[in-house]
Order: sequence, then C-alpha cells, then structure tokens
Amino acid sequence: MTVVNAQSIDEALHALAELPEPRLVAGGTDMMVEVNFGRHKPGDVVSLRQVRELRSWHRNDDGSIFIGSGLPYKVMEEGELAMMFPALAQAARTVGSPQIRAAGTLGGNLGTCSPAGDGLPVLAALDAEVHLRSLSGERRVPFSQFMTGVKKNVARSDELITGVTIPMTVGFQGYAKVGVRNAMVIAIASACFVHDESSNSVRLALGAVAPTIVRCTEAETYLDGVLAKATPITSHELDRFKELAASAARPITDHRSTADYRRHAVTILAKRFAERAFNVV
Amino acid sequence: MSTTITATRNILGTSVLRPDGTAKVRGEFHFSSDEFATNMLWGATLRSPHPHARILSIDISAALKINGVSCVLVADDVPGKLTYGLISSDQPVFARDVVRYMGEPVAAVAADHPETCKRALEAIRVEYEVLDPLVDPERCLDQSVPPIHPDGNVFRHQRIVRGDQSIQGEVQVEGTYDIGMQDQAFLGLEAALAIPGHDGRSVELHIATQWLHEDRKQIADCLGLPEDDVQLVLGGVGGAFGAREDISLQVHSCLLALRTGRPVKMQYSREESFFGHVHRHPAKIWMRHHATKDGRIQRIEARMLLDGGAYTSTSPAVLINAITHTQGPYVCENATVDGFAVRTNNPPCGAMRGFGVVQACFAHESQMDKLAVACQLDPVEIRIRNAMSKGDLLITGQPMDSVAPVTRCIQETAAIPMPEAVTSDDPLLLPGGSGRTATSSNIRRGVGWGVSMKNLMYSEGFDDYSTARCTLQDGVAHLKFATSEVGQGFVTLAIQIATSILGVDQVELEQIDTRIGSAGSTSASRQTWMSGGALDGACRMVREMLFEKVGKEHHVDPIRLAIVDTDVVDTMGTLRVPVREASAGVSLSHTFEHHHRPTTDLDENGQGNCHVAFAFVAHRAVVDVDPELGLVKVVQIATAQDVGRVLNPLSAIGQIEGGIAQGLGLAVMEEIVIDNGRVRNPSFTDYLLPTALDAPVVEARFIEEPEPMAPLGAKGIGEPPCISVTPAIVAAIRDAIGKDIDRVPVRPQDICL
Repeated sequence: MTVVNAQSIDEALHALAELPEPRLVAGGTDMMVEVNFGRHKPGDVVSLRQVRELRSWHRNDDGSIFIGSGLPYKVMEEGELAMMFPALAQAARTVGSPQIRAAGTLGGNLGTCSPAGDGLPVLAALDAEVHLRSLSGERRVPFSQFMTGVKKNVARSDELITGVTIPMTVGFQGYAKVGVRNAMVIAIASACFVHDESSNSVRLALGAVAPTIVRCTEAETYLDGVLAKATPITSHELDRFKELAASAARPITDHRSTADYRRHAVTILAKRFAERAFNVV
Repeated sequence: MSTTITATRNILGTSVLRPDGTAKVRGEFHFSSDEFATNMLWGATLRSPHPHARILSIDISAALKINGVSCVLVADDVPGKLTYGLISSDQPVFARDVVRYMGEPVAAVAADHPETCKRALEAIRVEYEVLDPLVDPERCLDQSVPPIHPDGNVFRHQRIVRGDQSIQGEVQVEGTYDIGMQDQAFLGLEAALAIPGHDGRSVELHIATQWLHEDRKQIADCLGLPEDDVQLVLGGVGGAFGAREDISLQVHSCLLALRTGRPVKMQYSREESFFGHVHRHPAKIWMRHHATKDGRIQRIEARMLLDGGAYTSTSPAVLINAITHTQGPYVCENATVDGFAVRTNNPPCGAMRGFGVVQACFAHESQMDKLAVACQLDPVEIRIRNAMSKGDLLITGQPMDSVAPVTRCIQETAAIPMPEAVTSDDPLLLPGGSGRTATSSNIRRGVGWGVSMKNLMYSEGFDDYSTARCTLQDGVAHLKFATSEVGQGFVTLAIQIATSILGVDQVELEQIDTRIGSAGSTSASRQTWMSGGALDGACRMVREMLFEKVGKEHHVDPIRLAIVDTDVVDTMGTLRVPVREASAGVSLSHTFEHHHRPTTDLDENGQGNCHVAFAFVAHRAVVDVDPELGLVKVVQIATAQDVGRVLNPLSAIGQIEGGIAQGLGLAVMEEIVIDNGRVRNPSFTDYLLPTALDAPVVEARFIEEPEPMAPLGAKGIGEPPCISVTPAIVAAIRDAIGKDIDRVPVRPQDICL
C-alpha cells in the first residue's frame, strides 16, 4: 500500500496515473466509514489534504465563483461564500457534526456521488460546472451531466475533481433537508430552490429521492409561467407546482423511510420554498 | 481501579463529584477497551450472516494457515457446558448445528493483530443450508409451527386473573399498541482482556459487565472449571442499560486465552455490538379499560406479546414485569391479563432500562388518555382520580406497601411552569432543526402526560443480595465490593456513605472484582438500595467496633458515643477523639450482606407478592410538531419523581436527564429496523440517538418521602425517568395533530400520511 501525500495537483495527477489502485482521499469522512465497515480495503491512497490549490475559492473574470474541491464545509457556512450562496451555506450547516464539517469537502460529495449528498442539490440548482483534470488536460462538465447514478459519475479513474464553477444569481435561495433527527442525520429527502431574478425563473433540485439528484424541470417551467403573469401565486397554482415537483422524484422504500413519505416530503418542501420566495395568496 | 479521595465532608445529601468524572471528561478514563497486556493476542468472532440456517460444515484449515493466527475455536472446542443463559441455559457458546439469529457466533479466532483476525474470519468456510426464519411472534403461539429450538417457541406464558371477570364498564376504551426494538446503545463498546494463569488452568478476565459473579458462574460452567479458577475484575464501563447483563465475549475470550496460553483481548465494533448484545423487547399489547362514567377504572383486560428473539435471556422476567404493571400507578381491582414471551429468529431480546414496564406503560398511558376523552376529563384529572396510594392492592393481590406519592408526583409536575411558545424562526429551535424545513408558522404545539410505576430489585422469590466490606485503619476507610460501576455513580455514593457514617476524611475504593461476595447486578434500579445497604451495614458495624474500642480506652459506655463531623464524641460528656486518632494502628473490618425482604412466585392466576418495592414518576411533555412533514421537537419535559430521599442531587439530576433522553429516543427515533430477521441499521448512522439539539429542557422536582424499607431511605432512581416520558411525548404529538398514534417510535409518516 502506497500513500502519496500530494502537495500539488500535478503530484496528485501523477500518482493517480501511476499507482495501480489509487483512491483519492480529501476529508476522508466517507472513506473511513467504508474502511471501518470492511466494505473497502484501500489499495493505494492519494491524500489531497495538503494541496493548497484545492482548498481555496476565487472569483472568475466573468463574475462566477470557483470553489476548490478540497475546501471544507465549515468555510462555506459563513462569510463571503455564504453571502453569495446562502443555499450552499445552509446545506453545509446540515453536514454531519462540526468535526465532520471541518474535514468534509464538496469534492468528497462529488466523488462519492451519493443521492443523499448534502451539497449536490445545491450544485444542481445553481447550474454548477464540475472541473475534471487529468494529465491530458481539463474538462468542465455541467452537474446535470456529471452524476449518472447511485455513487456513479462521469469522472475517469485518471481524473481529479479540482472544483466547481458556480454562476452568480441574484434572488432567493434556499436549501432544506428532511431527517428524523434535528441534526447530524442523513437526508431522507432534500431540496434546493433558487429564484434567478434576472430571468425571473426558478430552479428546483431534489436529493435522496432518486438514483441521482433530479431537477424538477416541469415544475420549474410551470412556475416560471405563473411568475410571468406577475400576480400573486394562487393556492391552486401552488398545488400544481408541488405535484409537478413530486412527479420528478423516483423514491425508494428503505430502512430510513418510505417512498410515499419521501414523495410527500418533496411536495411540502416545494410548497414551502415557493411560499418563502414569493407572494402567495 | 484504586482511587484515593481526600474529602472535605463528602456526606450524603450533597452533590459530591464523581471520583471518575474528571478523567472521563478529559478522555483519560481507562475503559475496558483500553486494557492491554504485553504479549497479548487479539480475538474476534465469526457470526452467522443468516437469521436461520443449518450448519452443514465448518472448515477452519485455511484460517489456521494464515501467518499470525494462533487458534480457531468452534463448538466442539468448548470444554464445559455448551450453552449459557441468565434464566435458561439455551444459548450456545458457538452454534453447532443450527444458527437461530443473524449474528449468532459460529467460531472465534485469536491472532497477533486485529487485521489478521479479520482475514482469518474471512478464511473460515461455513457451509449453510438457509432455512425460513420464524419472525412473526404471533405464529409462535400456533402449535402447528415447528419449534426452532428443542425448548419450544414459547419462553413463558403467564396469566393474571383477579376479581370479577364479568364487569362491563359504562365506559370502555381499547387499543392495540406496538413498541419497536430499542437498543441500549451504550457508548463504551464490549471489550475484555482474558489473562491465563501461570498454573495453566485458571483465568482472570477484565471485563465491562453489570454483574461480575453471575458472569463468573456462567463462564466457569462453559470452561468446565470450578468458579475459584475464574476471577473477574471490572474494567472501565462506558454505560450498560441492561445490555451487559448477558454473556457476550466473556466465554470466547477466556477460551482463546486458555487455549493459547496468552492474554487475549477482544473488543466489538459498533456494528458488531448491535449483534453482540440483547435489545429491548418489541411488543404488541392490546388493552381494554372498563370504567365508570366519572372515569374510575373498574377492570382491565390485556394481552401482551413480547418477541424475545432466538434465545431466552431474561424474557420470562421481562414478561412478568410487563404484565404485573398492566394497571400502571392506578387503582384497579379486577383484571384479566394474558402475557406471552416467545422465541423467533429475530435478534435476542432481554434487559433494558425499564425492563418490560416501558412497554406496558406506553399502552396503559395511551389508554388513560382515551379514557379521559371518553369521560370528558382532563388528562391530569383522570390520573389523579385513579391514582394509587399506599395500602391499595395490586392486580397480583400484592399490597402496595412502598411509599406511593402518585398524586403528589402528578400535582407537582403540573405546577411546573409551561415553556414559552416559539416565535423565532431560528431553525435550531424548530422541528427539523438544522435541516431548515419549517418556520414557526408551520408548527403546532401539543402537551401530553405520562405517569408510571416501576418495581425495584429482582422479583419472584429471587434473593439478589449484596455484599460489602469496610475496613477502618488510621482514619482511612477502605471499601471493597463487587458492585459494577457502569456510570450510575455507586463509587460516589460509597464515598458518601463511609464519610457520613464513620467521620473519615479519606476513603479508598479497592479494586472491584470477584474476590468478595456478590453484589448482585447493576440493574433493576437496585444498587443504591442493595449495595448501599450492604455498605451502610458494614460501615455501621465498624463504627460500633470503633465505639467499643474508644469506650474501653476511655471508660465510657459505647452506647453514649456518636460520630460528630470527624470526631468520636461522648454525647453525655466532654470526650472528643478524632476518628483518625481513635483508629490509629488498628484495623477494624466487617463484611456485611444486605438482603431485601423475600418475595414469592406468582400462582397460575398471577397472584403473589412477587415484587420488593415500587417507585413512581410523572412526566409532562411539551412538543412542537410540524404536522405536514411529521417532524418533532420536544421542547420541555416537566417531571416530579418519587425518590425517597436524595443522596446526591447532582447524580440524581443526571439520572433523570439521561433517562428522559433515552425515553425520548424510543418515542421519536430509536429503533432497530428488522426485515425478515435481518438487522438493517446496525450503525449510529442509521440507528439514531438523540443529539444535544433533540434533548429537551428538563424541569425536575424530587418528591422526598423517605422509604422505610430502604436502608438509606432512598428508592432506586435509574429506571423511572425513561418509562413514562415516552407515552407523554406521544400524547403530546397526538394533542398537537389530533390524530391517533399507537406505535413507538413515532415515524414522520405516522404523523403526516
């Protein structure tokens, strides 16, 4: 077993390309659980903890924001990032315990790609792009094309997730997560809602209710049409919106919850987001 | 553990700090998982992946070839008795022909490293013929269902029949209630270090357990050794709650140590712990209450079915506790109760804080609320109207001769101010918490009540005595007992007892082990009463010896002498001798056994004085509910508890707050989810325990009416806090949403779908 304590992205990429069984580890909050449960025996490990380029964020020339994949959640909870992306801050605050938030990263969420990953609905709703880099270059994949199934994504084994680019939007943002406990709980349904004031359009993404994060495109289009009328949303319209939102979900019944409850929870979250964001009669 | 405490009057009634508290907070306490010996091996257990299967063959040859593996043991390697058990010896040390629950031990290995152990376990080839598991307790009562164990599918059936069976109340309410399987979820995982003796025969086991002597008896039987060849030393215990009453890794670790001749350490992971100990019995309880129009209970009918899982453990005793508490803390002269504890291929169930009374209480308190509605009475009024008093007869015919301040518990709880309504939209104050699912406008508040009665000590003729020794020497009291300190605080109380009785400044607690008589189990809310009684007796006898000595030396009748602060004082004269001086150069020692009054078995109609004593408590829950999402935040628990006498206020509050958190867990989140005999959530990721954000504000009042039967006037206080808080929370949820709920834990879908 080889452990590479990478100091730069290049060093990490070389290790990825050269080691027989490389496994990337950033915060380790997913990997160590798998190791402890005996579900994963690490072959070789490439640690990203000390890659400073991954542990930072910056503003791009076009105004969008780049967030490095190694930035821990605690940095997103407050400060400048939280002011620009309140939904991201709200999601970050629901991740595990303070100790987990000090270690866990957005890159880990993307790498693991669990449908219950707390940060993922936010990236979906904010139309983020995922940066994937290998020794042969970098490509950017829209989040909607990044995640392909439960714990599956399009990243190749020689690629490193270096971060995400999130376009700036002006308008209401919210994230909500349903769990049986009031903190430190895995989502049984989660949602992120964004109102882009510049185009007067909405985006709603759901977590933990399908094999991937899903965008409720029918519900979004419907609500955009209602907003275009520039009159308060009626309760009938709200009902239609929440039903369309739920129709995007493909939930399962497991030991955490039931499909019926998950679908129901989506309707309530969708309704409450619309109520919080807009004038509803 | 040897602890020296220099006290500044650590007397009874004051909030003396725990001697082990600072070390625990600083992470320096030596838990049994910290045990270590040079040259030690690690042990590990191979467990069945199936809830029910026939073992066709076991091949250990590949495991033995692994470098670093010292030995592999299976059923045929057990030198003594092949089974163990607290009440009935029906649980195999290793399964030989059949496995009866998922996680049942099949083999054990010893190796040089935990990772080598893992590889050895993977290399053991077990061929199973998978059988259909019997998982529906109701089917166990069907005579045509083949037994899954030679002893049959029913652990115990007991009826209670009392009074007039023909009474039909003007008001009748009934319901069927389900209680899910709760885990004790102690934080200090099972761990032990077994050290073989130089004689090649004996063994010393350092173990986190609730009852050293009972463990020793079962271990020695399985090892085929006389008990004297097996000595147990209490390791640091990180919580128990009933889960350390049964054998887990005790026999395995001793077998491995004796076979290899080297110390063997075993410790479970959290996942293995879920399979390695018994859980709270899931139960289905039907009750019908008959009452007058003004809400007075005339008769109760009930049927209780407890799923004991694959092996007996304490199921027969849990059943008796459940059915004998059918009435709760209320007067009832006529009753018909049918109780069954049955064997299934589900995980074995046994002791957990509350021990059968938790299940009964959820049913009887739900019934009391239905009765209140039917009689148009307030939940408080219906309970006061039926409240039991000292002298009333129970449905077993046993007279209630404990102090029974039920009405006072209810009234003092009711007098505690209600919490303010939440108007802030701070999500941490609302149901859903950090998930930000609700604003205050989405919330409805509810209030609910629960009142309970709990027996103290063991029942049905069992003499669970306790032993303690006190030795006074040069002003220092040396205390020796085998009482398991599992976190309840007996070590603190022991210091307080010796300090108060002997007037010493310094108390030394000797190692807790089997080199003295039994202390009984740290269970059944009994150690303050039983081991406290033994230590009280031992200290009083030593004090008499001291008075004899001082009297002789100073020509004073010893009867005139008393302890005042730290001096021996002549109450009718001027003599005043410091205890340190009076005990200089001598060793005054006495060993005392405390026995509670005898109890009797129940007859076929469930009649008999089967319990020693009782304690009572009332809980009022205030809960905020998000009715649309079915999420809950328990805002406040108000409680008044019948404690007899408070010996250490800080310890007492700790028990009350901790018990309430555990009862809250059962009410709204804690459940082992089982699917056709398979545990689906053996981790703290998915078995949810309340966090600090889920824990309510607790407003507690002590009801102090000293219990004449109790050596220190104090009743046990460990179990009552977790019993009626569960139905109180569920009643508050019902109150908030106006919907009937008949199972715990209450899941979001039970509220909103």
